[in-house]
Amino acid sequence: MTPESSVVEVTLESDLKNVEVAEEITRRVAGTAGFDEDEQQRIEMAVHETMINAIWHGNQNDCSKSVWLQFKVLRDRLEIRVRDQGNGFDPNRVPDPRNNENLLNVSGRGIFLIRAFMDEFRVEHVTGTGTEVTMVKRLSSGIQTKQGGSDREHESHNTTS
Amino acid sequence: MSMKATIRPVDSVTVVDVSGRITLGEGCVQLRELIREQLGKGNKNILLNLADVTYIDSSGIGELVSAYTGVSKQGGALKLLHLTKKVHDLLQITKLYTVFDVHDDEAKAIASFTKSASA
Repeated sequence: MTPESSVVEVTLESDLKNVEVAEEITRRVAGTAGFDEDEQQRIEMAVHETMINAIWHGNQNDCSKSVWLQFKVLRDRLEIRVRDQGNGFDPNRVPDPRNNENLLNVSGRGIFLIRAFMDEFRVEHVTGTGTEVTMVKRLSSGIQTKQGGSDREHESHNTTS
Repeated sequence: MSMKATIRPVDSVTVVDVSGRITLGEGCVQLRELIREQLGKGNKNILLNLADVTYIDSSGIGELVSAYTGVSKQGGALKLLHLTKKVHDLLQITKLYTVFDVHDDEAKAIASFTKSASA
């Protein structure tokens, strides 16, 4: 038995107008997964920032390229993957925007916000494919699930991954 | 919904009622042009009312910072009014709450510009 109860995949044209499409999908998936409204908004924002990075920085705003998203709803968490066709970046080289010397910088807060809103954040460059960002949000991190989580259809699934 | 802004002068302050999304692209460009236009007219005391802002991203926050520094460099002041919970949380997380002068009462916010100028 696979650990995931449901998987949603979508490939979007690399255009800023599709950021809102990704947000809408995220909101619905996160709601279905059992996250409350505040957490849904945080997850949505993490996806928003990741989409902006993928379209603007990864795909260099080239509409002929695409962004692939995958949402995996598991018993205890939501895993989101966003893949662009760019050359990748090292998230560890992004300076902390809260440091005094960076506080008034105009840019450089996107990755910080993703890290703040999600439990896990990884970036992997796949040669010949592009850059894949993986984000994980756990339901156990203080989230109130709908009816205590007992209404989730995947409740009995094995969570070992 | 993209960003919309209504400008109304109150005493010596330009109050800008902002609504919609301040995000990378249209929203940020609109805000940037609006601030530039007001500075061009000599309106250096600007109060941004963010009560009806439905969404702001990292670029939008950056645009607020840019507006703040741009106005300050011209010898003016840019202050924020009526933050939504989302914007409030973002400013706290990014430590920018310590940078901006934030108000939740318009009359007091307007009065604070005079106090700042005479201080």
